[in-house]
Amino acid sequence: MYAVNFLILGALLFSLGVFGVIARRNAVMVLMSIELILNAVNVNLIAFAMMNNSAEGHVFALYVIAVAAAEVGVGLAMVLMIYRNRRSIALDELSAMKG
Amino acid sequence: MIASLLAQAWTAPTIDWHAIAPELVLVVGINLVLLVDLWLDEAKKWAMATITGLVLLGAVVPVVTLAVLGGDVRDAIFDGRYVIDEYALILKALFLLVGYVVVLLSQNELEEGGYYQGEFYVLLLVSVLGMVMMSSSRDLMSIFVALELLSIPAYMMAAWRKRDPRSNEAGAKYYLLGVFASAVLLYGMSFLYGTTGTTKLTDIGVALSGELSAMQILAVVFVLAGFAFKISAVPFHTWAPDTYEGAPTPVTAFLSVASKAAGFVALLTVLYLGLYGADEVHSPMIWAMAALTMTVGNVVALRQTNIVRMLAYSSVSQGGFILMPLAVMSTTAAESALRAVVIYLLIYAFSNLGAFAVIIAVSRSTRSGEISSFGGLMSYAPGLGVLMTIFLASLAGIPPLGIWIAKLQAFRALIDAGSTSAYVLAIIAAVNTVIAAGYYMRVLRQIWMSPVPDGDTTPIRPPSSVWLALGITAGGTVVLGILPSLVLRFADLPDLTGALGR
Repeated sequence: MYAVNFLILGALLFSLGVFGVIARRNAVMVLMSIELILNAVNVNLIAFAMMNNSAEGHVFALYVIAVAAAEVGVGLAMVLMIYRNRRSIALDELSAMKG
Repeated sequence: MIASLLAQAWTAPTIDWHAIAPELVLVVGINLVLLVDLWLDEAKKWAMATITGLVLLGAVVPVVTLAVLGGDVRDAIFDGRYVIDEYALILKALFLLVGYVVVLLSQNELEEGGYYQGEFYVLLLVSVLGMVMMSSSRDLMSIFVALELLSIPAYMMAAWRKRDPRSNEAGAKYYLLGVFASAVLLYGMSFLYGTTGTTKLTDIGVALSGELSAMQILAVVFVLAGFAFKISAVPFHTWAPDTYEGAPTPVTAFLSVASKAAGFVALLTVLYLGLYGADEVHSPMIWAMAALTMTVGNVVALRQTNIVRMLAYSSVSQGGFILMPLAVMSTTAAESALRAVVIYLLIYAFSNLGAFAVIIAVSRSTRSGEISSFGGLMSYAPGLGVLMTIFLASLAGIPPLGIWIAKLQAFRALIDAGSTSAYVLAIIAAVNTVIAAGYYMRVLRQIWMSPVPDGDTTPIRPPSSVWLALGITAGGTVVLGILPSLVLRFADLPDLTGALGR
């Protein structure tokens, strides 16, 4: 196995995630796409940690996992709040303010 | 196995408790506020603001003692990854003070709106803790954790008016773009770590010199794009106006000053310590972003009718001015650029918070956010009118008020750099200063010359906490403008650049 395999996997996950964030209008799908990007980061970090033979990457990945959990907690709460007010979680309908 | 582990002698690492005292005070304060809120009667919730204010002022005390005592040991605690130097202390004091002013501003807004108070102050304190940590962070990991610690509570605060669809929209846009930006930033950081083998910024700086690999260039671009979202630089600014307009006004004040300043602090530290070897990648990017940010922010601000939205675009364009010295960060002008950014952040905080404080005071009685609702303010609330004049004139950069000295420093950094591109940027900035005066003056014309829109001239009586906030911000704006030597000497401390350890 080469480190480059993991980096390609990471790049694929990252691209999928970015595509999802840009193209999806469902808020939950966007949240999942952001999770994909964060997991791409984790794959990268672990691969680099093995490559560099240092522990920093592993520690960093643990932090990313913990923070991602907190972020999604807030995100889902916000999606729920929007759903209660509008009965819809389509992001393109969130356009009360313009200019 | 376990027995052999236990048999090993273990000495606890020495921890400099004094050096991390500001953070510790905040952590204790956060728990205190959370617990007190549980047991406090609904009728006594007003005390929460007082306790929060005391916690923030309490955290300033160790910052001051640290600054007065000085010392070499504390510069390098945690292996130089978390540094308490003059640069960090100045910014810590700034963030704590901004937090205090925002508490003063939010008190009545929360009480009259019937919103949760205890939770709000807890989140505010957590966010300030993240900022305080950010000013000391010198490692990719601690910068990331601090960035999230300050952003996640801010997402919730932006959506604080739960039933108001505009506030929902503000929170959702801020959250989605903010999280997306941190994910992109992290992806860049992972490459930075992978190609240099370390997350410590000073080591990254050493490893990044010389010819850059494609991966390293990609890393720098992603990191820069991630931070550009946080500081709402064009073309990553689209969330800012909507979030600022929809969020509760005290939160807007907090976001446009503290959150933005924290983004700049992170960018500044990363560029100055870690990426100075990659200047041929980031200098042109920052140059373009600075020029675009101030121009787009100004031009769009010209046609706004809502004052909060106008100030939102104005803060986008001020961000361009703060970004301007960073474009010459890697030349011989690095130190004057660093100083210019710190000074700008300090003075901008006072003037912008002050402008928001006046808006909060006036819109409590006019119940409107339109610029036209400020018509004839001088005739029935001369105090607020004069204060707003001071703040807006300062934001426009008119001497002898606050921001002129900051703008001067920013221009000086560009002149120090002395390259053609720096001069061109300086000319763009000069033109933008004139455009900016246009929309600030439009508000002032309403205040001084227009008639009162609905003939209602009952005097405005802002609560005493808002007056205190106005006093602090007006004092800062005027004193720093008239006696710039105060803040200049502050930033001239050799430690400001020396102890950053490059």
